[in-house]
Amino acid sequence: MADESTPTPPPEPPTAGAPTPPVGAQQAAPPATGDGAPPAAAERPGAKKRAAKEGAAAADTEKEEKKKKKGPPKKELILVASSSPHVVSDESIPRIMYTVCLALAPAILVAVYCFGLQAVKVLALTSAACLVTEAGLQRLMGRRLTVTDGSALVTGLLLAMTLPPSAPWWICLLGGALAIGVGKQLFGGLAHNPFNPALIARVILLISWPVELTTWMKPGQGFVNLGVDVVTAASPLGLMKEELIQKGSIQVVSQFPLRDGLLGLNQIGSLGETSVIALLLGGLFLLYRGYITWHIPVSYIATVGAVAALFWGIDPGHFAPPLYHLVTGGLFLGALYMATDMVTCPVTNRGMLIFGMGCGILTYFIRTFGAYPEGVSFAIVIMNGAVPLIERWVRPRTYGHNLSAA
Amino acid sequence: MKLSAVLTQGLWKENPTLRMMLGMCPVLAVSTSATNAIGMGVATLAVLVASNFTIALVKDAIPAQVRIPAYILMIASLVTAVDMAMAAWFFELHQTLGLFIPLIVVNCIILGRAEGFAAKNTAFASIVDGLGMGLGFTLSITTLGCCRELLGNGSIFGIPLLGDAFKPMLLMVLPPGAFLMLGLLAATMRRVDMALEARARTVAEGRRQRALDLATGGAPIPMPPGFE
Repeated sequence: MADESTPTPPPEPPTAGAPTPPVGAQQAAPPATGDGAPPAAAERPGAKKRAAKEGAAAADTEKEEKKKKKGPPKKELILVASSSPHVVSDESIPRIMYTVCLALAPAILVAVYCFGLQAVKVLALTSAACLVTEAGLQRLMGRRLTVTDGSALVTGLLLAMTLPPSAPWWICLLGGALAIGVGKQLFGGLAHNPFNPALIARVILLISWPVELTTWMKPGQGFVNLGVDVVTAASPLGLMKEELIQKGSIQVVSQFPLRDGLLGLNQIGSLGETSVIALLLGGLFLLYRGYITWHIPVSYIATVGAVAALFWGIDPGHFAPPLYHLVTGGLFLGALYMATDMVTCPVTNRGMLIFGMGCGILTYFIRTFGAYPEGVSFAIVIMNGAVPLIERWVRPRTYGHNLSAA
Repeated sequence: MKLSAVLTQGLWKENPTLRMMLGMCPVLAVSTSATNAIGMGVATLAVLVASNFTIALVKDAIPAQVRIPAYILMIASLVTAVDMAMAAWFFELHQTLGLFIPLIVVNCIILGRAEGFAAKNTAFASIVDGLGMGLGFTLSITTLGCCRELLGNGSIFGIPLLGDAFKPMLLMVLPPGAFLMLGLLAATMRRVDMALEARARTVAEGRRQRALDLATGGAPIPMPPGFE
């Protein structure tokens, strides 16, 4: 616990008044009696660190001890019944958020490589809109400004990854404002939002402006023309749906080069629907840092694969093979970065597995039978709404209670 | 209560839609356009005034145990009359509103006012109450309809207001848009109230201060020790 890299500010020196040890069990350490001083000092990392910084460790502690013994026992013993958490780690919201940004970097680089300035434009506009909305609304409501904690930036980047590279400027700006305004601040800010803000914005945009949100540009032309005359094409899932509706069978699937989906350099779709490998790289980094667990991505992706395999096995002429479903669309982006959002996913492992399975089933059914070609955003938002129910269902047994059910 | 207060409480302080959140079904379903909204509002207003009046007239003759079925019967008859009248004179609007006109029977506002006001007050006061509540309902549902139509279709009462460059936000004419807009309107109303309350507090404070100044001639009031 006494870690040198503790980012939390050191607690007040004991002489300043009521000692507030971070650990509730240490309240017995009585500063007034004096004999408990050495252990108390050892348990106070903040005071120690301060002393070390000033380069007069010994003198300082002596002084403190003297003061403790001599000082008038005005506020002799204040028992602080502090609530949990009693153990402070060096994690913080900015650290988590900027790590997520870093994890998104490979996918962002691929997107910029594929779509050039168009991708840069979309990323910059949505992020700027998110940051400005966050700061503006917090100011308006008289709350503390937390715009630098990176959470609005993550929302902006994630939203940009779900948008098509040819999205007009007003879609980007409005999307950012909706994500933070409707998706986050209306509910009370970070950690109070029941739904993923980026996905709420995407769903609102997709329902409101379906044409703008499903016009895709071909990759590899963004660096030359940042304008209107881009060559558009259909996304793989859009093609599949079109063929299903028009011909009742799918041929486009068999012609789809799988390598494109994995590398993503020639993939048509949103910014974040390009390279599975790049997304996986960032996802593994998050997993390594412990900000996500394997439960949701694995259960989500495996469920999509399993359901797709089932339907494909029944009628290969009508349903796309499982690999096609896995490497097209926003499945990996959603499964790795959005379904795993700490605020909006269940907290227990079993809950996360159920959550991922629900997302997977919904994604497949919306893709195959729904009105929209892609179902990842709808599926995750719907399952976000079901999180309270899931958590009720898988609530762990309280230690010492209900022993027979264990 | 004064009659003017009875009339105005439904408009703002006890607005049935945005304050008491009553009768949400037609509010959310019919407010897709300003025209539909005002049609629904006026139909409800007519039923509300008539039902409040009749119920206040017969309130003493109805035993308390069977009052709810009796009220519902009276309301249903009035709604049927309004339904037929709309079919006769406002056929197109009647077609658009469809099922929601007969559903006025089960609108909470109407039974709520019957129980809460008409069953305890005179016939004339009940008419005034029905008028105030009905106007409050009409105004709020029409405001909601205007906002949704403007954003979702670029027009108000079918008149295009925003140019061709405006891409309508389809969500606003779909059910989620109704919830979003309703919440925003209710929040705006509360915000206005908070601002008014704050202003009233400052005014009262100033008045008190002036009265004190007058009484003491501007000199500070000597406080007993310990009261600083």
